[in-house]
Amino acid sequence: MGDTVLLAHGSGGLLARELLDDLFLRHLSDDELHALEDAAVLSPIDGRLALTTDSYVVQPLFFPGGDIGKLAVCGTVNDLAMRGAVPLYLTAGFILEEGLPMADLERVVVSMAATAREADVRIVAGDTKVVGRGAADRLFINTAGVGIVPPGIDISARNARPGDQILVSGAVGDHGLAIMTQRHGLRFESPIQSDCAPLSGLVQAMLAVCPGVHVLRDATRGGLAAVLNEIAGQSRVGITVHDEAIIVHEAVAAACEVLGLDPLYAANEGKLVAIVPPDAASTLLEVMRAHPLGAEATIIGEVQAPHPGAVVLRTAFGTQRLLDMPAGELLPRIC
Amino acid sequence: MCLAVPMRIESIEGTQALVDMGGVRREISLVLTPEAREGDYVLIHTGFAISVLDEQEAQETLALFAELEEASREMDRAEGREP
Amino acid sequence: MSQQGFRPQAFRDPAAAQRLIAAAKAAVRNPIAIMEFCGGHTHAIMRFGLRDALAPEVRLLSGPGCPVCVTDDADIDLAIALASQPGVTLATFGDMIRVPGTGGSLADARAQGASVEIVYSALDALDLARSQPGASVVMLGIGFETTAPTIAAAVRVAANEGLPNFSVLSLHKLTPPAMRAILDGGVLRVDGVLGPGHVTAITGSDAWRFLPERYGVPCAVSGFEPLDILLSVRDLAVALAEERPAVINAYRRSVTAQGNLVARQLMDEVFVLGDARWRGLGVIPASGLELAPAYAAYDARNRFAIELPPAGSGPHARGCRCGDVLRGVIAPPECPLFGRACTPAKPVGPCMVSAEGACAAYYRYGRSPS
Repeated sequence: MGDTVLLAHGSGGLLARELLDDLFLRHLSDDELHALEDAAVLSPIDGRLALTTDSYVVQPLFFPGGDIGKLAVCGTVNDLAMRGAVPLYLTAGFILEEGLPMADLERVVVSMAATAREADVRIVAGDTKVVGRGAADRLFINTAGVGIVPPGIDISARNARPGDQILVSGAVGDHGLAIMTQRHGLRFESPIQSDCAPLSGLVQAMLAVCPGVHVLRDATRGGLAAVLNEIAGQSRVGITVHDEAIIVHEAVAAACEVLGLDPLYAANEGKLVAIVPPDAASTLLEVMRAHPLGAEATIIGEVQAPHPGAVVLRTAFGTQRLLDMPAGELLPRIC
Repeated sequence: MCLAVPMRIESIEGTQALVDMGGVRREISLVLTPEAREGDYVLIHTGFAISVLDEQEAQETLALFAELEEASREMDRAEGREP
Repeated sequence: MSQQGFRPQAFRDPAAAQRLIAAAKAAVRNPIAIMEFCGGHTHAIMRFGLRDALAPEVRLLSGPGCPVCVTDDADIDLAIALASQPGVTLATFGDMIRVPGTGGSLADARAQGASVEIVYSALDALDLARSQPGASVVMLGIGFETTAPTIAAAVRVAANEGLPNFSVLSLHKLTPPAMRAILDGGVLRVDGVLGPGHVTAITGSDAWRFLPERYGVPCAVSGFEPLDILLSVRDLAVALAEERPAVINAYRRSVTAQGNLVARQLMDEVFVLGDARWRGLGVIPASGLELAPAYAAYDARNRFAIELPPAGSGPHARGCRCGDVLRGVIAPPECPLFGRACTPAKPVGPCMVSAEGACAAYYRYGRSPS
């Protein structure tokens, strides 16, 4: 198979077939995939289909707590879960840069297979293209995900209502800082691990006790602040959250101090925000805390009618400020 | 300007030191604070220690805050506001 | 004890903050105006809501203490022109990436193919030069007296090593001349100054004696935690009530009267004073740092003959009033572009880009939900 990815690996000939057999199919075990048809034909689905697509371009490819492959599976599964869907099938399209070490590709694929097993989801279709050196940053992954939404479930960013409680499934900022502290030019030793995880199990546990959850969102790019602003905008409601209630792990807080970052704007890949009717909040909190991915779940605030579209943060000082959408990429500062 | 944070010196090798804050560690330069010793807290700015922190002074400042609290409570008592 | 004394949290206790706010207000005889010179103070004041908490007895004015904000358009254009040269990699602190010059920012230049790397330390720029012998690495030297010694240290390492592909574009400036310019300008009434704590860790608190001695204005050198700032405000209020202008060191755990002599000596060795153009303040003599003749080989201005492209229509032409904000003449909301044409997402001037620019701080923390 060779040590590095070559252009020929993407052109459908012998080398491409070798890559498929010796790498992809060796680790991705699904029968549909192994049938090597042009399309996977799956069992009929009785219920509303949820469909999502995502692309993954993270650098570095391997980071503490995960890699681009794990991220791709979790991210897609989580998008489905945020609509209350049970994830069923994933596709995985790879764009490889000529010169990518084969060992790196293999590591990524092994990780995807393992994560798919953990998330109980099938990778049933795939594709590989190779582009010339410099035309892609090592490896990009595109996915599509299909799930089924159980009857009676209506979860949408438009559903937040005044009086609703806002819950977060755990501490924020770990993924964003795990990446940041590994960036070339910023390298720090730290125990910070990405929180990358598939949340479908947690969501199913939550919906079992409260099918009437109004909103679920995973707080990825732009962090908690971005998600809250999006929901406030789409639901046309005001949101107030309490700084003291938001959990930030000690090392994440320290890294933010050193680099001049705000953890509320740092990405998470295994955390969800849930907006729920007030009478369901404490039951949900209990259920979340009983789940391994929700052990640090907390209630961080509430939805209100005044100041629609605005997110207000109450500080420990009793003062308040607007928590805006992030302006651009998270950048370290010295001033 | 300027972001500088207190970090503890875990070890020193020549003019470099390994510093720690909350589990986050980095190698930084002591070129600007050659007097710093292992166990000291230093202000870190862009990968350099710019000042060795004075424990005694830090304690005294914290004590000031406590004093203020005590003085304020006394005022409350004097004005009959204590619960 | 060591753990307790230096944790940022120890200086953020809300109950102690309330006491200090009350003490500061109680000490004020007539309403006072305090200029907080340093962008880091602006940021902390807004983040913790201290401006409103101290009003109306104490009015806090934001000064030109943000090195990014006071960088002139022409200097930003120069940095961008350098970065765009083939074979050059510009190493910069993250703060400068989105600052617009007359024709775009470093981020825009990077999108056009310029090689721009974000570094945490000037030493990382040195590493970059060592690992890329084919590229010419230029370190963008931005910052006041806190940062200048670190760049000086990197230059000296480069010189000792004879590193051939490393140079510095120095945009460093000194703070006392800017403070003098504000007070000489006579536009603002400034009763007291909240002194920049980390700059003063280098310069020493004696460096501010000209404030009480020449201008009759007390200066409290302040740390950056909310309790540090409130303590300093209280000390200033007391000094003003007692009509006792002086330099007060309210950041004693980090600052001494003499400052960091090693750092100051290094700066004296590697840099010489020059005139510098400050956004909003114009040219201030002897307020900038240039590479000394002995280090000319490491001066990017010497190494590269840059032809600046014709100046585009800069922020000024679009109605940007950063200059007036920097001098404290207007508060950010009084700029016609604030919150409309100029927001953190699409900034017109540097005061909105920099995390500690007065406009950015105001936008993030100062607007009320209604």
